[in-house]
Amino acid sequence: MANGLKKFYMNDKIVVPVFAVITSLFIAAIVMIMIGKNPIVAYGALLFGAFGTKGALINNLMKATPLILTGLSVGLGFRAGLFNIGANGQLIIGALLSTYIGTKMIAYPFYLSIPIMLITGMVGGALWAAIAGWLKVARGAHEVITTIMLNYVAVFIANYVVNGPFQAPGGVPKSPEIAYSARFPNLITSGATWLSAGIFVALTAVVVVYILIEKTKMGYEVKAVGFNPYAAEYGGISIGRNTVMAMAISGALAGLAGTMQVMGLYYRYLGALGGSMGFDGITIALIGQNDPIGIAFAAFLISSIRAGSNQMQIAGVSKNIVIIIQGIIIFLVATNRLVKTFMFWKRKEVEEA
Amino acid sequence: MPFLIERSVTVDKANKKDYSKYAVVMEKIVKRFPGVLANDHVDLFVERGEIHAIVGENGAGKTTLMNQLYGLINSDSGKIYINGAEIKIRNPNDAINAKIGMVHQHFMLVDRLSVVENIVLGMEPVYGPFFARDKARKQINELSKRFGLFVEPDAIIEDLPVGIQQRVEIIKVLYRGAEILILDEPTAVLTPQETEELFEILRALKSQGKTIIFITHKLHEVMAITNSVTVMRLGKVTGVVKTVDTNPRELARMMVGRDVLLRVEKGEAKVGKEILRVEDLHVNENRGLEAVRGLTLSVKRGEIVGIAGVAGNGQTELVEAITGLRKVEEGHVIFKGVDITNFSPKKRRDMGMGHIPEDRLKHGLVTAFPLYYNFILGKHDDPQFCDGEFLKMPDIKRFSDELVKRFDVRPPLINLLGANLSGGNQQKVIVAREISFGPDFMVVSQPTRGLDIGAIEFIHKTIISMRDKGVGVLLISMELEEIFSLSDRILVMYEGQIMGEVTPQETTTEEVGLMMAGHRLEDLRTQEA
Repeated sequence: MANGLKKFYMNDKIVVPVFAVITSLFIAAIVMIMIGKNPIVAYGALLFGAFGTKGALINNLMKATPLILTGLSVGLGFRAGLFNIGANGQLIIGALLSTYIGTKMIAYPFYLSIPIMLITGMVGGALWAAIAGWLKVARGAHEVITTIMLNYVAVFIANYVVNGPFQAPGGVPKSPEIAYSARFPNLITSGATWLSAGIFVALTAVVVVYILIEKTKMGYEVKAVGFNPYAAEYGGISIGRNTVMAMAISGALAGLAGTMQVMGLYYRYLGALGGSMGFDGITIALIGQNDPIGIAFAAFLISSIRAGSNQMQIAGVSKNIVIIIQGIIIFLVATNRLVKTFMFWKRKEVEEA
Repeated sequence: MPFLIERSVTVDKANKKDYSKYAVVMEKIVKRFPGVLANDHVDLFVERGEIHAIVGENGAGKTTLMNQLYGLINSDSGKIYINGAEIKIRNPNDAINAKIGMVHQHFMLVDRLSVVENIVLGMEPVYGPFFARDKARKQINELSKRFGLFVEPDAIIEDLPVGIQQRVEIIKVLYRGAEILILDEPTAVLTPQETEELFEILRALKSQGKTIIFITHKLHEVMAITNSVTVMRLGKVTGVVKTVDTNPRELARMMVGRDVLLRVEKGEAKVGKEILRVEDLHVNENRGLEAVRGLTLSVKRGEIVGIAGVAGNGQTELVEAITGLRKVEEGHVIFKGVDITNFSPKKRRDMGMGHIPEDRLKHGLVTAFPLYYNFILGKHDDPQFCDGEFLKMPDIKRFSDELVKRFDVRPPLINLLGANLSGGNQQKVIVAREISFGPDFMVVSQPTRGLDIGAIEFIHKTIISMRDKGVGVLLISMELEEIFSLSDRILVMYEGQIMGEVTPQETTTEEVGLMMAGHRLEDLRTQEA
């Protein structure tokens, strides 16, 4: 038992991120003291802003919903040895397509229109990402380059569409609203904030991705290609097919993230819908160590920091502090060898003593 | 060690180390890498003004030794003397100051810069803050003329053929004032004509008093150009000879070694029908040069066909072509009567072809996978392990537990990652997996490289027992002893071709050694007759 417990704590999948978060909070506290602010007040406000009221918690969970999905998107790519920087573009295409379909859903009952919306969003993201996957397999183009370029293409397509053929009346870059039957029901409403059923979609995706990676043939092949393409090929696994497939699934998750914003929050495509969620997905996948459950926690961590930062600003500490926190977390997780080395020293000292 | 000329002993007798006639002396060099003793008390004596070859198979420790002389890596222990004086070489700058230059196997040139810019890089002549291109060009032209190394100074590197790029590397080294030149397998990338030109250059350099250390595993080159030879094997020096006093046969024997004497008990082969035939096969290596050049062979059920040869003679490419990992340029691979030349590795596996790969970490294992995943690699979509889309985890684990027990993998924990096992146990995992799939034919490449005696014996017995069950085995090994003790027939491969076929009973290591050095069997037999 004690051994099992020790193993659990020494599992660096857990230790490294937790260590990173605690250290970053500590370093940020020092920064705050140096600029003459009280870190206890600031962190108090941060916690209050993230969890303190019903509205705060709802806001927090609404922020977490798409982040879980973009985190899964990037994390799944990492597992397949692919660096999908294009979650943002895939998210935009997914959101745009599902919005379009959503405006045509007036005559459909919710039990048809909601699944259709979800599938459309996923297909949009999947196809967009598969372009990069195909380019890698067929032409050897690195996915980092192609996905970044596809991000721009997606942004400009969306800008054109919501400023032209698919613009709602009023001269603002936004699309018409989607049908009521295509919207997620609100689970809880508190003032001007509400929690949509999208959170369940995100949590379901966590479970599905977990099963996909850990329990299926496809997951096995994707991981084998990611870890060691030579051995995968030797074992009869097609590198090309699995690369395109992994890219497509990664894109589907990103597309789903965009669809969440359409179905649960804005009910339309807005010019700024994409934001930086695709890039946040990279952060989250790193902190979550590419593990679906870890990613869910990491997404919630980031959304909490973000949600709480406004309250911190009100308490007189610049909300940019959270960017410092986030930066340090990423730094420590990305340099996890450093963290492990540090912890190994400590252990060795104990053993020697 | 009958071949060893104990030079160090003679100097020790005088009780004074007078190394003044040597340009380079490396004394008792030890370099350990994780899990490997790359250089085990290596001594090297290079006389001033000679061309000295260091020969040995891939992984014998030649490059490691030279990297220490050039300061790219530091020795664990040992001493280096240059022109009789002991010096410490901590980094390449120390080496350059000691007038040592190295031309690497993979060129260290900036492709987009010109010849002149590459040569002077890091020590550019200047006018105040400005690069003195004309001065540089003049210096380089002088060097070119002196050594007969003609290059166009303003050509861009990426436009030049490999042979010329190598010249640029050599001029670069000379520009830095090198008196001792190390060339790491310089001919590996060259055509025969380019090789001949290189040799001309080396002769010119030698006549100007330069000392050259020449790393290779091609014996005819050693005979053609060098004055003396140091032979290495598995990190140790196995022989030091004058080139005029030796021959390719002796060198081959020293390279391949004959110290391990493992005889495996085996009965008569019960040979069945032909299972694999390779017809006039042509395969290229990674750089596009032809590595397998019109090779034909056949393997029958119930026999072990061994392929002997010095590493780098096309064995890897042959194996990859047979198993579907490399494109065949010309010719056919026929398995069970079906032309499988263009079949995927998967299809070949499904037809009953097993493969124990040469490089277990690159091809054989996914080291980041736990053992139970590694045990099903290649059969993960078999109904035994996979129910449509879902893996049958309990079955996979049960299967893995059984294999771990049957093949005595230690520690017997199927949740360990492949990377956590020792080399011998990793190899057991691969062998266990490939056998458990019940193949009819198996390509076994370097099955015991780097393993200890116990593991070697286990794997040899396993291969024999496969043969006795009617599996056809194609064994590729650089260990001549292994080839002799396991094979029913031996084919010797040299530069992508078969030099001859013999049986272990009717041949000798000398004969096979000669074939490994490029002599055809029929020539040898007619000479004898």
